[in-house]
Amino acid sequence: MNKSIPDMVLSGLEPLVVNEITGFVNVGERANVTGSRKFARLIQEENYEEAVEIARVQVEDGAQIIDVNMDDAMLDGVAAMRRYLNLLAAEPDIVRVPFMIDSSKFEIIEAGLQCVQGKAIVNSISMKEGEEEFIRYARTVKRYGAAVVVMAFDTAGQADTYQRRIDICKKSYDILVNKVGFPPQDIVFDPNIFPIATGISDHDNYAVDFFSATKWIKENLPGAKVSGGLSNVSFSFRGNDTVREAMHSVFLYHAIKNGMDMAIVNAGMLTIYDDIPKDLLEHVEDVVLNRRPDAGERLVEFAEQVRGVDKQVKESDKLKWRENDLQERITHSLVKGIAEFIEEDVEEARQQFDKPIQVIEGPLMVGMNVVGDLFGAGKMFLPQVVKSARVMKKAVAYLLPYIEEEKRRTGNVSQNNGVIVMATVKGDVHDIGKNIVGVVLSCNNYEVIDLGVMVPPEKILAAAKEHNADIIGLSGLITPSLDEMVTIGKMMEADGMNLPLLIGGATTSKVHTAVKIEPEYSGVTVHVLDASKSVPVASGLLSESKDNFIQTIKEDNEKVREQNAKRRAKKAFSTLEKSRSNSANKDWNWSTYQPVKPQVLGNKAFVDYPLAEIVDRFDWEPFFKTWELHGKYPAILSDQVVGEEATKLFNDAKERLADIVNNNLLNCRAVIGLYPANAIENDSTELYADENSTEVIATLHHLRQQVDRPAGRPYRSLADFVAPKSSDVKDYMGGFVVTCFGAEELAKKYEADHDDYNAIMVKALADRFAEAFAELMHERVRKEFWGYASEESFSNDQLIKEAYDGIRPAPGYPACPEHSEKSTLWELLDVENATGCQLTDSYAMYPASSVSGWYFSHPESRYFALGQINKEQVENYAERKGWDIDTAERWLRPTLGY
Amino acid sequence: MVKTTPETLKTILAERIMLLDGAMGTMIQRHTLEEEDFRGEHFKDHPSPLKGDNDLLSITRPEIIESIHDAYFEVGADFATTNSFNGTTIAQADYSLEAAVYDINFHAAQCARRSADKWTLKTPEQPRFVVGALGPTNRTASLSPDVNDPGMRLVTFDELRIAYKQAANALLDGGADILMIETVFDSLNAKAALFAVDEVREERGDMPVMVSGTITDASGRTLSGQTPEAFWVSMAHGDLMSIGLNCALGADDLLPYIKRIDAQATTFVSAHPNAGLPNEFGEYDQTPEMMVDQLKPFVEGQHLNILGGCCGTTPEHIAAIKALADEHQPRQQKA
Repeated sequence: MNKSIPDMVLSGLEPLVVNEITGFVNVGERANVTGSRKFARLIQEENYEEAVEIARVQVEDGAQIIDVNMDDAMLDGVAAMRRYLNLLAAEPDIVRVPFMIDSSKFEIIEAGLQCVQGKAIVNSISMKEGEEEFIRYARTVKRYGAAVVVMAFDTAGQADTYQRRIDICKKSYDILVNKVGFPPQDIVFDPNIFPIATGISDHDNYAVDFFSATKWIKENLPGAKVSGGLSNVSFSFRGNDTVREAMHSVFLYHAIKNGMDMAIVNAGMLTIYDDIPKDLLEHVEDVVLNRRPDAGERLVEFAEQVRGVDKQVKESDKLKWRENDLQERITHSLVKGIAEFIEEDVEEARQQFDKPIQVIEGPLMVGMNVVGDLFGAGKMFLPQVVKSARVMKKAVAYLLPYIEEEKRRTGNVSQNNGVIVMATVKGDVHDIGKNIVGVVLSCNNYEVIDLGVMVPPEKILAAAKEHNADIIGLSGLITPSLDEMVTIGKMMEADGMNLPLLIGGATTSKVHTAVKIEPEYSGVTVHVLDASKSVPVASGLLSESKDNFIQTIKEDNEKVREQNAKRRAKKAFSTLEKSRSNSANKDWNWSTYQPVKPQVLGNKAFVDYPLAEIVDRFDWEPFFKTWELHGKYPAILSDQVVGEEATKLFNDAKERLADIVNNNLLNCRAVIGLYPANAIENDSTELYADENSTEVIATLHHLRQQVDRPAGRPYRSLADFVAPKSSDVKDYMGGFVVTCFGAEELAKKYEADHDDYNAIMVKALADRFAEAFAELMHERVRKEFWGYASEESFSNDQLIKEAYDGIRPAPGYPACPEHSEKSTLWELLDVENATGCQLTDSYAMYPASSVSGWYFSHPESRYFALGQINKEQVENYAERKGWDIDTAERWLRPTLGY
Repeated sequence: MVKTTPETLKTILAERIMLLDGAMGTMIQRHTLEEEDFRGEHFKDHPSPLKGDNDLLSITRPEIIESIHDAYFEVGADFATTNSFNGTTIAQADYSLEAAVYDINFHAAQCARRSADKWTLKTPEQPRFVVGALGPTNRTASLSPDVNDPGMRLVTFDELRIAYKQAANALLDGGADILMIETVFDSLNAKAALFAVDEVREERGDMPVMVSGTITDASGRTLSGQTPEAFWVSMAHGDLMSIGLNCALGADDLLPYIKRIDAQATTFVSAHPNAGLPNEFGEYDQTPEMMVDQLKPFVEGQHLNILGGCCGTTPEHIAAIKALADEHQPRQQKA
């Protein structure tokens, strides 16, 4: 033993040390198309799923390395090697062990090496094609960081005597160690295991020669290991597994005694040497050790007697867990990520329980808790958990029709987990998110009292009392709704209520909830990020241990407030004067700017716009987001987690869409208006009745960025994008409103039919119509009605990414967050008469699926976020709007920087 | 006789714990940069937004990057890690900036080089070194992005190898002394990098190479599923100066895995943990004092030769870590 040479260490996901302590290493042989007919057939038929199972079974049977061989003339070996190894990489139970990449073609070996993250063994290289190629292969293997099996093979052929074996191995070793610098501990020799008892007397001593060569290598080539393909030795006894297994065990027994370190074996087919019946052992040993000239014939004769001993037991061992009780089986499937039996087990469970939902609450949750515990303890890791989730999904999908059926059958009489009153607050009309939360909660057996949209606070409080609610949930999408929520918090406090208050919706946030709402209300106030969080929050709030839960939330909110206080303290503002003198347009040369005069001045209305034209413009990404499926379209359809659901949803959406378009179930209307315009002082813009620019028909009040910016950076305002009056340049501006009618009525019809899914679907699609219609009208404005970009030509994708010139910011959005400016737009375009679209008290548009905004054409115009402003600008704005400070602060609340 | 860089490093590493720098991103954030800063003159006509592509700043705002290196050297760091975490064609594809990759790496190395030379001149008794950073890219060669098609891969070994080779050459052209394959979450990506580095070594001579992996969570595994030991075994062929761990965890959580690496590695051992775990705002609020407290067992147990900081660490952290490191003996290298 040469102690200065380190141990050989290989790795999969875990390391494998090959030394005296580890002892003999089993290399699983069955993932080999040349050695296993079954494996060859599976690969040929591209049944990789089952081929992966072959590797798994071997690891379960104790294989410490998996040999993979794709050498078949009928196969694209490179592709098959890659595909198989990549698939195995997703199976942590299998790839915890290292691979032996087995091929006689080096290109297949290299393909394999490029797919394994651990340290593999290459099987094999040799001097078959000469020394030069041998060196080249060895260098490459070293670069990939793999160990290597070297066959006792040279240009003269395979070594079949003791002397040739040791000569070739010695020469190979010297080249590897001295010329290539290959680590000696990573060299494994295969001194060739050949069939014995073939009836040819030249073969009789093959095994003995192998043993002696092994001994010599171990004694004379420091660090080197010895391996071999075991099944070759018993080749003559194909079909007689009893004899073959005995031969393998005997051969191994003696090879290991002589120093063999590893062998490629069928890990499930090894008999223990001591278990071999005495008579069989004697016959086999005679052959292996070449103890008598007639040993072969005697074994053949003897073999006839022992043929056909039943070997079925082992296979059924694999499925032994199927005999466990139901809970254990379900847990096993979830933990191991096996989907094969989950439906039958769930069906069995369903018949044992009163209600199908109990299968989820009971055995499936028990199993998932085990998964969660194992993951938490670091005993399972991400890829496995993903697989568990897949099985869980399959189980739930199987149960869902029964749960639906149960719900339909029993109605709402069952006892619920709690009563939740939900509403979209006064002045706001958006309810898709609220409706999804409602569906999720009612699926989890909460009674949801949905008060709808634009619900005044008094009504919410009254309903909570009337229904003896356990929780109140508020939703809103536009920023003025944030104030409404604060108001409701105050009213609940004044009323002495103590119910938990849940806050959700696009503009709501943990910070706003903690900083603005909670301090007004002594009951617990929780921000709920999305529907998936609604159930844990509701159950936490109503559980036995709710006090702890509430305490945690309150502490959390407190922390948010502290953080927020720190954060706000940091903000510095520039003076309004400084901001204005650093406008985006301060260096623009207006004298050379020639705005395009719109083809059509004044207003233009569109009713019953053809739906099919709008559908072409859909941006699907926000649609998926509505359903809490996050990802880019179309990639989301094949997303690893949500892809399947996304695809189903998409198909349903397309079906619903076809119905809507074919039967004109929605009605899209728009009004646009284009006017001469100039910027005046104080960040305002004037719109004129005609080209004379004498009669001002509207004044738009814009805001300007004020948060301190580095030197040289502009402080932007929408006012910057229109030529100033003082420049004498005749410039233009526009405004628009698009709206989609009919969704609410359609949704009601579905709701009446207990079809929440399609009710939400219709509203989500109506939103898409409004957004796409806005995009479509903007393009027509750019190309036709205004015509400043008549030449542009963009794909839908580019349009979605806003590759064009000009912008269409909407009051209430980041560049102009003050909602009340919408009333100016409504008057200018006579929106109510032209389209029927209305504004609520909070300046939300009704119907909810509406989009409005201003058109700017300047090529430098761009979207930006106003950010926060200081009191100086608020005062200035109040003056411009003719408001008192309180009113100004109310409408500007989200942007107040003080 | 003048010592070569590897010799100098070996000598110093035998004597004391050497100091890596701290976070680059955290320091860049302090400058509140805008789209225009990232674009500069160089990329002013680039069709897509570039804000957030920090690697560009070596080209467009080199004075900022150099000043960050200066700040770390000033508090005693021995190494400046180049601002090239995403400097591969694979990572820059997100910004359609594959063509800028050479410049990104070259200028990243130049910024660090200028700073290192300046400081070596100031403190000749403490020579400073430039570590060319080769990041993990944003794709994994061992994992499928699609659970329904586990055999799928978004990137191949060869694509990674070619990308890493280009980056490594540019870093060396720009003056890097050392290459560091860092934040390794998939060992196969890192093996492609080691393959590329070996080709570079063959073509232009030897240079020290560091590898630093990432243990993602309490499972104690890399993202691609390896244990720390298996990770070391998969990297050991790279003829490395050091192996270690960085990112993802704070010092406390990293310690057990560093001990396991220490027990196996036959190279020097490095660690550069985060300043704790991010809070709900994504910020790291571990103070230098807190971090040093957690790092004490690393140095008291002599588990390390190289120490530094990852996400959330600042010159204040590195100054405190330097003081701690100077009080302790380095890890004794194993045969």
